[in-house]
Amino acid sequence: MAMAKAKKKERMTRVMRRDEEKGKDGEPEVIIGLEVHVQLTNLKTKLFCSCSTDYRGAEPNTHVCPICMGEPGTLPVVNEGAIEDAIMVALALGSSISRRTLFSRKNYFYPDMPKNFQISQYDKAGGVPFATGGSVSIGGGKKVRIRRIQIEEDPGRLVYEGTIDSSPYILVDYNRAGLPLIEIVTEPDMESPKEARMFLQNLRSILEHLGVFDESLQGAMRCDANISIKGGKRVEIKNISSFKDVERALSFEITRQKGLLSRGLRVGMETRHWDDLRRITVSLRVKEEEQDYRYFPEPDLVPITISEGLIAKVKACMPILPSERKRLFIDKYGIPPQTAEVLVGSKALADFFEECIKLKADPLPLANWLTGDLKALLNEMEIEIWESKVTPAHMAELVSLVKDGILSGKMAKEVLKEVVATGRMPRKIVEEKGLRAIASMESLKEIVERVFSENPEAVKDALRQEKAVHFLIGQVMKATKGSADPLMANEAVRRRLQEIASSVSA
Amino acid sequence: MPKERKLSRREFPDSKKEGDSRIGKEEVKHLAWLARMKLSNKEIDAFSQQLSQILQYFRKIDEVDTEGIEPTYHVLDLTNVFRKDEPRTFPAEEVLRNVPEKKGRYVKAPRMG
Repeated sequence: MAMAKAKKKERMTRVMRRDEEKGKDGEPEVIIGLEVHVQLTNLKTKLFCSCSTDYRGAEPNTHVCPICMGEPGTLPVVNEGAIEDAIMVALALGSSISRRTLFSRKNYFYPDMPKNFQISQYDKAGGVPFATGGSVSIGGGKKVRIRRIQIEEDPGRLVYEGTIDSSPYILVDYNRAGLPLIEIVTEPDMESPKEARMFLQNLRSILEHLGVFDESLQGAMRCDANISIKGGKRVEIKNISSFKDVERALSFEITRQKGLLSRGLRVGMETRHWDDLRRITVSLRVKEEEQDYRYFPEPDLVPITISEGLIAKVKACMPILPSERKRLFIDKYGIPPQTAEVLVGSKALADFFEECIKLKADPLPLANWLTGDLKALLNEMEIEIWESKVTPAHMAELVSLVKDGILSGKMAKEVLKEVVATGRMPRKIVEEKGLRAIASMESLKEIVERVFSENPEAVKDALRQEKAVHFLIGQVMKATKGSADPLMANEAVRRRLQEIASSVSA
Repeated sequence: MPKERKLSRREFPDSKKEGDSRIGKEEVKHLAWLARMKLSNKEIDAFSQQLSQILQYFRKIDEVDTEGIEPTYHVLDLTNVFRKDEPRTFPAEEVLRNVPEKKGRYVKAPRMG
């Protein structure tokens, strides 16, 4: 099983590496752009009315009012919190904020919006997006440029009876309709599914640090992806509702499109839907083109001017951002830049790290445990750190058990697995299992003696050839059931051999 | 503050070409599809004619010289009308009374396609 997994991983890496390769003429093989929709989860009310945004788990259509239900004669009024959030996001991404901005009406007939239009923003037809430009770093010195940032309302949730295709009607829950969203549109700067995931991860971490977004809320970040492969046309993938699915959906699309192209078939311009259950993309019937949305400035809302004063006020309360935090981890705790980058890639992980430090954990080994073994275990289980049973107290204790020589690195890995699975404290597991690392040379010496007396031939050989030395080290490790530090076992065996050699020659 | 850009008709994606104010049958059909409406052939003919006339009538606006005039986005000379982020509950049952078809607490809508 582990073997198959490793192989699969290797294959995946190979595919990704290939995807990252440039064509002969320097043009990237794959070009990806994203449109990310983020719910401003720190806001208590919808974008244009005072309905509560706390809709998760609520009965359908309980968080609705005449405004978000599009009753005639009602008027929307902008939630000022959304403007402040958007300013914060724009500042954090280095975007330039429009001093005067407008809402636009996007017209379409679909039941997810009871008004038959969505109030959004637009960069044409007299529209002015909230902010333009800026970028997000995705590691390795690469940046993904931001095209624009807009504020808009979330549509309602559609429920189908049976499947999308066979459902005789659509059931709609408007609790989500009108929730404040920020739309972040990138330039087509990503060249692999992995880069797209990195972008989303780093964007998510920035938004989390700003406090405008809570990553633990299901469906709070969704995105559409545009992908074109050399030799094909641009394909849009809609309905990617989780952060992890972006990589899956894009990888699926690359395989599908490359398959078509290799068989001499055409990849035409189309919109596809990501089916997260079947983990495939499916073609959508003809949809409206952009010009069919008949955007025009929203007559029910007055324009918004953003003053320097307001920007300065928001700037003054900006919390620490991942990039600054990374610097802090490097400078204050001596964490290597790459490890620090992984830590701040998730606010939850960075917070977890600092919580452990408060419990006096040794920063460097701690950082390695968090970004190495723990992260790998969580990835394997496909859960996030806050969904796991591991707490800072667990990790701080584990790190100190290793530091005090009670656990060897190898034993600690096993204990960590148990911690992740059961949520029990490491010290408890150590006591129950009678684990104890053989950390002192004294206790190792006895074992070396025993191994040497049990294998006199091998000792003779070992005085002459290296291979037999390794055999003896192996026997010592086996006798300690892996609880000894391999380096220490190595040294103990060699030291004993030297003693024998010098006593023979003397 | 950066000066507002002047807009030309061409920047409105829906605007028709200069001098062409006819709405053909195909366009009426497309508009009907966007509005999810079924039109009979007779209606298509009638709307094609009427919409063309309406558009022709609005062409008069083009005669006004708007050079150097700021675009009007709103008839009121207001900006920044905001609301505090404080939740208020509305009796949802009241709103649901206006819903034509329901299934449980869900609003029932026709399939689109």
